[in-house]
Amino acid sequence: MAIADFEDNLALALSKYISSKAEMANLVRLTAGASQETWSFDAVVDGESRGLILRRPPRGVPESKERALRQKSEARIIRIAYEHGVLVPEIVFEAEPEDGIGVGFVMARIEGETLGTRINRDEMYAEMRNNLAYQCGAAAATVHKVPIDGLDFLETITPEETWERNWESYNKVFEEPSPVFEAAFRFLKERLPEQDRVTLVHGDYRNGNLMYGTDGLRSILDWEIVHIGDPMEDLAWICVNSWRFGNIDKPVGGFGQREDLFAGYEAQSGIKVDPERVRYYEIFGSLRWGVSCRGMAFTHLDGHDRSVERAAIGRRSSECEADLMILLGEAF
Amino acid sequence: MRPDRPSVDELLEAVEEFLRDHAMPNLPGHLSFHARVAANVVGIARREFAQSDQIEADQSARLEAILGHEGELRALNRELCDNIREGRIALDDSALMDHLQKFAIEEIGVDNPRYSTYKKAMEEAG
Repeated sequence: MAIADFEDNLALALSKYISSKAEMANLVRLTAGASQETWSFDAVVDGESRGLILRRPPRGVPESKERALRQKSEARIIRIAYEHGVLVPEIVFEAEPEDGIGVGFVMARIEGETLGTRINRDEMYAEMRNNLAYQCGAAAATVHKVPIDGLDFLETITPEETWERNWESYNKVFEEPSPVFEAAFRFLKERLPEQDRVTLVHGDYRNGNLMYGTDGLRSILDWEIVHIGDPMEDLAWICVNSWRFGNIDKPVGGFGQREDLFAGYEAQSGIKVDPERVRYYEIFGSLRWGVSCRGMAFTHLDGHDRSVERAAIGRRSSECEADLMILLGEAF
Repeated sequence: MRPDRPSVDELLEAVEEFLRDHAMPNLPGHLSFHARVAANVVGIARREFAQSDQIEADQSARLEAILGHEGELRALNRELCDNIREGRIALDDSALMDHLQKFAIEEIGVDNPRYSTYKKAMEEAG
């Protein structure tokens, strides 16, 4: 699909889904990630402008059938989350194949900051940061309160399955075993938690996937790996040191404390947080990210997508090894 | 290896400086980011060249003490990993934990000594 066709087709889609009088303005591409393309534009109707975002796979073409389904699920779950008062943008429309803009969806554009380092360091966010961990806890609770009846299009993943999947990836991408990962895998296997509460889980709930303004948390982004599972995964993932951007002593995203995160969660959900379980999933989180980093290097190593950035990320698994040893050291 | 100057490390240092001081500030956004990553990668190579002999000797010595026999580093590491995997060593074994703590610090010290966990460990170690 040529870019010119894409622009024309997107403009046509606006007149089909929004208003026959809708015109498109200010189209810009925000990201060109390996997994997602994001476009920002305005729909103008009678001089009234509405900011919108299109999310689609690169060039609109999903790399697999499974990926296409996931894109559809993402739009569906954002729509449902919105209806239940979760901080997400309103979905405006999902593109049909005949629209010629690929497998994608259009949602309201929420303005704000997503760069974790700015959130953690900029003076303009200093005041808002005080309450941010609490807000992130409360917002996670709203995700976990979405009723899961009828969400059978999402995968249900048990801790054991998460373990198995990571173990399989680890054995595939580590040619030499790492004693640290081995110890972490065994630690987690020996302590697999009972699944007593199963909810909607965002799956990538961390600083970097949250949008903020000077007024606080505005939106929860990137629902690509949303699933049904243990809600404590989300509270743990936002504490993983990889997303603290150097602020190691502020475990929640590098901006806040666990007690505030849990307090916000408890206030919104009425459910007491078990810090031990969150700690368990934080170990899982570091392990998962460490295995992913090594895996990502293989997109370079096997020639699929050669880049120095992909090669370098393979060495970032050492960061997770260092974090795992802090966490395991505290556990014994 | 050529004994005279410029040494391998000095050559890599020149590449690192070029990437950081000249390529990075003069390239547009995405490429500038890649130049920064490339400079970091050269840094990893320099540290690995400089430190790997010592690290390998230390790791071998620790592994031999835990496993109770001599051997080549790679084989020793695999044996320890098998022991962990098969439950033949307790996870809270103090010699194992000591080895793992040191191993993690050695690896991150080469791969990214600017990482928060490494910096904090160094501060605490004085």
